[in-house]
Amino acid sequence: MSDEAERSRREPGPTPGHHHWFDDEAGPVVRPYAMTRGRTSAATRHRLDLIAVVVPEPAADDPGRDQTLSPEHVEIVERCSEQPQSIAELAAGLDLPVGVVRVLVGDLVEDELVHVTRPVPPAELPDVSILREVINGLRAL
Amino acid sequence: MAFGRSSRTKPFVEPVTLKILVAGGFGVGKTTLVGAVSEIRPLRTEEVLTEAGRPVDDLHGVETKTTTTVAMDFGRITLREDLVLYLFGTPGQDRFWFLWDELAQGALGAIVLADTRRLEDSFAAIDYFERRGIPFTVAVNCFEGAQRFPAESVRGALDLDPEVELLMCDARDRESVKNVLVAVVQHALVLADRSPAAVTT
Ligand SMILES: Nc1nc2c(ncn2[C@@H]2O[C@H](COP(=O)(O)OP(=O)(O)OP(=O)(O)O)[C@@H](O)[C@H]2O)c(=O)[nH]1
Ligand SMILES: [Mg+2]
Repeated sequence: MSDEAERSRREPGPTPGHHHWFDDEAGPVVRPYAMTRGRTSAATRHRLDLIAVVVPEPAADDPGRDQTLSPEHVEIVERCSEQPQSIAELAAGLDLPVGVVRVLVGDLVEDELVHVTRPVPPAELPDVSILREVINGLRAL
Repeated sequence: MAFGRSSRTKPFVEPVTLKILVAGGFGVGKTTLVGAVSEIRPLRTEEVLTEAGRPVDDLHGVETKTTTTVAMDFGRITLREDLVLYLFGTPGQDRFWFLWDELAQGALGAIVLADTRRLEDSFAAIDYFERRGIPFTVAVNCFEGAQRFPAESVRGALDLDPEVELLMCDARDRESVKNVLVAVVQHALVLADRSPAAVTT
């Protein structure tokens, strides 16, 4: 990643208009990846869906556990122990980029502290009965 | 006790999660709409951008790649303990269009918000969902002071398929937004009922 940053910095002087996306909505993400020791989600075996839900395993309740977990790992387990949460919710709640949360959750899956549910597979519409329940649920809000 | 929890007796409920996208031009009311029906929080994602603000297509090598974060609106609607609907408000600027591919994967449907003063701003979103066969509903956000047009003339201007629903809405109003969401899901239901996969299951 730092290589790429180097390269883009060495690019011939961009016109100011060219880099206008470096505004409040867009900024560098180098620092959060320190938590993942530089690993990006590309390094994990599969990309966890934004709405896949992270559910604690019984081992997550066990006091004698892995000392190698970072505070962010611990906080993810804590939040999910309150209520299972999606990858997107964890990212928003922890104010971390989605990619960082993917890596951290991937670690927890590897340690068998959590598992991740599969959302409806892409390119496949949810079951008709679920859609009916969604409509009823929305009307009842 | 790093996690400060006593052991549980009850297994966790694993909710079914679904998502609906909220698209539309700059300043059309996407954030307002998501906030009207859910607690809204910004979600940060990060992407590799090129000079042109598009995914890298290898034509020019890696020298112009930049990793950047993009914020989008994100809301949760808990329909039942075991059924959760998430709303994703996509960034309005064209330069973030590529982000949609991940968001659109597995989406139940989409809302395209439109403003009659700038209808052309919603063309790109309509094209996008049409091409991918994602069920969508067009919601015209009725700002005060904007001239009201009959739904038929708006439909014509947007060149909508007859089965795509077009509704007038107030993005600030919870009931109004609920109606739009119901319309999207109903449209998805019609398509699901018709699809061969649904028949065989
Ligand atoms: N009068 C009126 N104002 C609205 C309505 N919906 C949104 N607004 C206002 O219009 C402005 C833009 O609304 P946003 O919800 O921020 O629009 P957005 O689509 O999220 O904008 P971007 O994220 O910048 O593309 C805000 O000042 C809102 O308060 C509406 O239905 N009626
Ligand atoms: Mg907005």
